[in-house]
Amino acid sequence: MLLIKGGRVIDPATQTDATRDVLLDGDKIVEVVQPGKISQDVSTEIFEATGLIVAPGFIDLHAHLREPGQESSETIETGTRAAASGGFTAICCMPNTKPVNDNASVTRFILDRAKATASVRVWPIGAASVGSKGEAIAEIAAMKQAGIVAVSDDGKPIATAKLTRQVMDYCRSLDLVVIEHSEDVSLAAGAVMREGVTSTRLGLAGMPAAAESVCVARDVQLVELTGARLHVAHLSAKASLEQVRWAKQRGLPVTCEVTPHHFTLIDEDVQYDSRYKMNPPLAAREDRDALIAGLADGAVDAIATDHAPHEPALKDVEFDRAPFGILGFETGMALALEQLVHAGKISLMRMVELFTTGPARVLGIERKIAAGQPADLTVFSTTHEWTYDVKQSPSKSRNSPFDGRTFKGGPVATIVAGRIGYKM
Amino acid sequence: MTFRFRDLLALEPLSADELTFLLDQSRPFQAIQRNPLKKLATLRGKTVALAFFENSTRTRISFGTAASRLGADTMNLQAESSSVKKGESLLDTVHTLDAMKPDCLVMRHAASGAADFVARHLEIPVINAGDGTHEHPSQGLLDALTIRDRKGSLSNLNITILGDISHSRVARSNIHLLAKFGCRFTLCGPAMWVPRELESIGPPGASIRRVFRIEEALEDADVVLVLRVQTERLHEPALSAADYILLYQLNSERLRHAKSDAIVLHPGPMNRGVEITPEVADSPQSCVLEQVTNGIAVRMSLLFLLTSGPTEETSAPSAEAQPKESANATD
Repeated sequence: MLLIKGGRVIDPATQTDATRDVLLDGDKIVEVVQPGKISQDVSTEIFEATGLIVAPGFIDLHAHLREPGQESSETIETGTRAAASGGFTAICCMPNTKPVNDNASVTRFILDRAKATASVRVWPIGAASVGSKGEAIAEIAAMKQAGIVAVSDDGKPIATAKLTRQVMDYCRSLDLVVIEHSEDVSLAAGAVMREGVTSTRLGLAGMPAAAESVCVARDVQLVELTGARLHVAHLSAKASLEQVRWAKQRGLPVTCEVTPHHFTLIDEDVQYDSRYKMNPPLAAREDRDALIAGLADGAVDAIATDHAPHEPALKDVEFDRAPFGILGFETGMALALEQLVHAGKISLMRMVELFTTGPARVLGIERKIAAGQPADLTVFSTTHEWTYDVKQSPSKSRNSPFDGRTFKGGPVATIVAGRIGYKM
Repeated sequence: MTFRFRDLLALEPLSADELTFLLDQSRPFQAIQRNPLKKLATLRGKTVALAFFENSTRTRISFGTAASRLGADTMNLQAESSSVKKGESLLDTVHTLDAMKPDCLVMRHAASGAADFVARHLEIPVINAGDGTHEHPSQGLLDALTIRDRKGSLSNLNITILGDISHSRVARSNIHLLAKFGCRFTLCGPAMWVPRELESIGPPGASIRRVFRIEEALEDADVVLVLRVQTERLHEPALSAADYILLYQLNSERLRHAKSDAIVLHPGPMNRGVEITPEVADSPQSCVLEQVTNGIAVRMSLLFLLTSGPTEETSAPSAEAQPKESANATD
């Protein structure tokens, strides 16, 4: 038995915001009651949570764990340790490993490795097409049986409108959400950042916002055609969000996520430093403002980190040659507190929703603090000051633009299946 | 005045005073180019590393000549023969060069920001000899020196730039330098090569406009900067030479729309008959050969300034035949 004592429980599913004791037994929550009501015996372990927030376990819909195939950048073991220290209890890993997770044996390999080495729950996402090459549909049903929670060709969009339509039809019948990396690859070809005054000044090839939004527009039309569930990954442009809003107004099953770096940084922050290079690239100031508005008003469903480790040798090159992607697990919650909650843009309840019930709804699952539910909890502080030192990260990579940043508030403990996977 | 930068990576961060200082520093070296004996011993014992990761003939020769006229030795790295072809990273390559203990690194690279990236990892001064489509600071300085010699001053001139401005590091360096002296820019070329963001890249308050009709763009111009149009490749998107010539070639008739004393600059190498007609290229208004000579002077002054360590202005070598007042290089 583990008693989480005296914390402020914030649970969007039950709209709870009150001091509660939470009792865990094994991998389940058994009691959620007012403080002092639980009679503890000597065998009960106590976690003193007074002054802390106790939330349902945070879910990251979008991460790259690099195993199998690129273990010099990250492994399931190192990546999930970083996730745990970032407050995540479950992470969805994208299929662009080597080999691509496009069949049940790769899915099972990932889940076996997770069982043996992971600090948090690992929920694999399967490829939509074989090798994510955009030609033939992958073994989606077999992967679903093996344990995938969604499909995506992330890293790139599903190649053609026709294949996207077919994948949507198939996934609708399998009740799986299609996660799209929305990008018109012809508009984005050769680009290393967002097109704008900064890219023009720096002489770096830029992709326009439309490189993303034309793909979102295409996919929304295909949702209307197929009725499939579409989730737009790492949405970065105001115009894309307008497409999602339009779809939601029509009652279409379309959701989207936004990354912490896209609501924190903008293209003007790029200075030939490859730690600021990711895809989609940092957007314009007005895009960032639109994303924050969407996070506040409900147009955005989830915050997802797009944790994308690349070992130092790969990133420490000319900006043009560096791969896209930055670390995200350890700074995501702290950035949400800084940019959204402390800045007065959203409530703490809404922030918790964006990390818990929001992503859960995208996957079609439940997430709440109640008796009988899985004992996955994220305990965090909104006040303690700390400085992110990427050299201390459990991740194998160091590619974070937030190295050295001082935050107010962040993860204190991550409890997965009743066990404390991380404690500050 | 002492120069506050260890490197010369771009002209954008430099103030008008600092730019004036660099141009003034070049003047004694201009005079040296007219001497029968051009070699100095100022940098004797120093070594300049020339790392050209992208093909270049004139800039490489210009920097090499500048170094040798200062008495410095040079080490050469060229893309074709280099370990870059063998897959070595840029950082490993420049660390290897650095281990041979040069006093300064002059580098050209196809990636924008490459010189900036390298400078963050080296202790020795880095001079950017052109990085991708970002900047070409020594070209900007030699163009300004040429303009100042001909016009007497850089203040408040009307500058028209013709060509693929989007992909031009020469245009950017010129804009960053000349805008600080109140020059007004008219950018002209096919619309795909002149994106509207260019109007906002200058310092606050800079006057930069786009005009798509060449006759209108040349109206009242004091200086016309013609960029090289590479018909064989580049220029995204490609455009037929015939279309370019029809709309944007600088010929005598079009040049008449500019002020009668307008001058024409071209960073070279020229495509005669494409972006510029031979008649204009060889006219008294053309400054292309002065640009080349001034290139050596500017590069000598940069190498002197950055490799001889922090020095007083007065220790710059004085030339016997230093021109008085605003010299007109054509006289």
